[in-house]
Amino acid sequence: MAKVKQTVVINSQKKLLEDVFCMWLHCPEIVKEAHGGQFLSLYSADGAKLLPRPISICEIDRENGNLCLVYRVVGAGTREFSTYQAKDLITVMGPLGNGFPQISPEKKVLLIGGGIGIPPMLQMAKELNCEKTAVLGYRDQLFLNHEFEPYGKVYVATEDGSAGTRGNVLDAVRENGLLADVILACGPTPMLRAVKEYGMKQKIETFLSMEEKMACGIGACLACVCQSEEVDAHSHVHNKRICKDGPVFRAEEVTL
Amino acid sequence: MNTKVTIAGVELKNPVMTASGTFGSGTEYSEFVDLNKLGAVVTKGVANVPWPGNNTPRIAETYGGMINAIGLQNPGIDVFVERDIPFLKQYDTKIVVNVCGKSVKDYVEVVERLSEESVDLLEINISCPNVKEGGIAFGQDPKAVEQITKEVKKYAKQPVIMKLSPNVTDITVMAKAAQEAGADALSLINTLTGMKIDIHKRTFAVANKTGGLSGPAIKPVAVRMVYQVAQAVNLPIIGMGGIMTGEDAVEFLLAGATAVAVGTANFQNPYATVEIAKGIEAYMEKYGVKDVKQLIGAVK
Repeated sequence: MAKVKQTVVINSQKKLLEDVFCMWLHCPEIVKEAHGGQFLSLYSADGAKLLPRPISICEIDRENGNLCLVYRVVGAGTREFSTYQAKDLITVMGPLGNGFPQISPEKKVLLIGGGIGIPPMLQMAKELNCEKTAVLGYRDQLFLNHEFEPYGKVYVATEDGSAGTRGNVLDAVRENGLLADVILACGPTPMLRAVKEYGMKQKIETFLSMEEKMACGIGACLACVCQSEEVDAHSHVHNKRICKDGPVFRAEEVTL
Repeated sequence: MNTKVTIAGVELKNPVMTASGTFGSGTEYSEFVDLNKLGAVVTKGVANVPWPGNNTPRIAETYGGMINAIGLQNPGIDVFVERDIPFLKQYDTKIVVNVCGKSVKDYVEVVERLSEESVDLLEINISCPNVKEGGIAFGQDPKAVEQITKEVKKYAKQPVIMKLSPNVTDITVMAKAAQEAGADALSLINTLTGMKIDIHKRTFAVANKTGGLSGPAIKPVAVRMVYQVAQAVNLPIIGMGGIMTGEDAVEFLLAGATAVAVGTANFQNPYATVEIAKGIEAYMEKYGVKDVKQLIGAVK
């Protein structure tokens, strides 16, 4: 069974920032199949909110069958999720999407996360068996940065300069002269665009995790497409499905 | 208990079909539901050539519904015939191909290509609100409905279902035009044109500005139109619009639909189609209905 939709128990819910929450779920069946860069669809308990919310996997605890989602409250759906407490139930489907690739151990990897694109990079920091450096970009308040520390060096950039490099993730990369064989990145589109450009210029193999409004989450409805360089396998146009063909793409694959 | 119904001579094992555009060609949902348990799979609209569709964002949630403006992205008839029909043929369900086009010629080209294929029914989409040419332009003028129905009927080897738009003053006028031009069945309703504005960004929620509203929010409109059309014409009707449960499906049957199609519900629950088929049976059991056909148009 590749992906399942099921109602599972919430182990804990913690507020990391005013609008950022960390929720651990007990979902052994999903955990068995899941890896970094994939996502879950979360369903509202309110029948008037029909569409599932795609949330990326932040951490996987394989031993105990638990999985962590770190998400930002952006609307009524995520606001509802943030009110859930330990022992409450939530309906989820997953794991969905392709996830980040495995990287061979001799390679040096830069994990670049911006804002709510930071969470999926944490599972990659845990999962990858190679030299890893995390570069995390924030507007102002930090979250999850300490969780990266056991896995490698962590550099921070803030727009207001309150911590680390003043500016964005690429300012932090340049300021610290960070080099790598591979870049994995997740964050807002302007950040991904800049990372793609940087990776291509430096001839660094780069993978980007994309986001778009989704409906089905499994590749049927064609809502969440992104423009692709090559012809896509589904419709034979230039529209790859973020939920099914992605969310992770080779930087050269997508037009940003 | 008999759950079989017949649409233009094609017998379905139960009245539950998928609504075009929400179910692809069944590949993705076959991981969740047994397609053998469905009356029919209605494919996403297919044109003569690949269509790239609209810009993103293509969807937005609304209260009790959603707005979509996918723009009929599809791989075109060549890939469809080679890949999607063989996939669906593996299952014991009827295959209904939804056909879209920008001109009468486009529609006819697809219909002709399908003439030798093992397809049970054709559903002609003259009601998509999200493409500028074709689509809805054919569905809002009775003369255009008549013209395209006649042309398609000339070339079609399979029975023809015309899919009607609710974005008209009087849907029965379109239904009668389709009937007079030789349509074998009708599907209704397609989505209602809607709009959502993101007040924080002060932008349109979907890139196309307008999109098609679907989901339970539109169900009462759909039930009303199915009832009106059932009173006005003598064609079998496939009713759709916000069906989430077996009870919803029964409401459409009572209003006069011979079969129903499940669309937006698939997004909330990938098992919806099969659960709705079971729900209809549960209703029949509860009220001692031996033949589902007894429900069709049975509202008093």
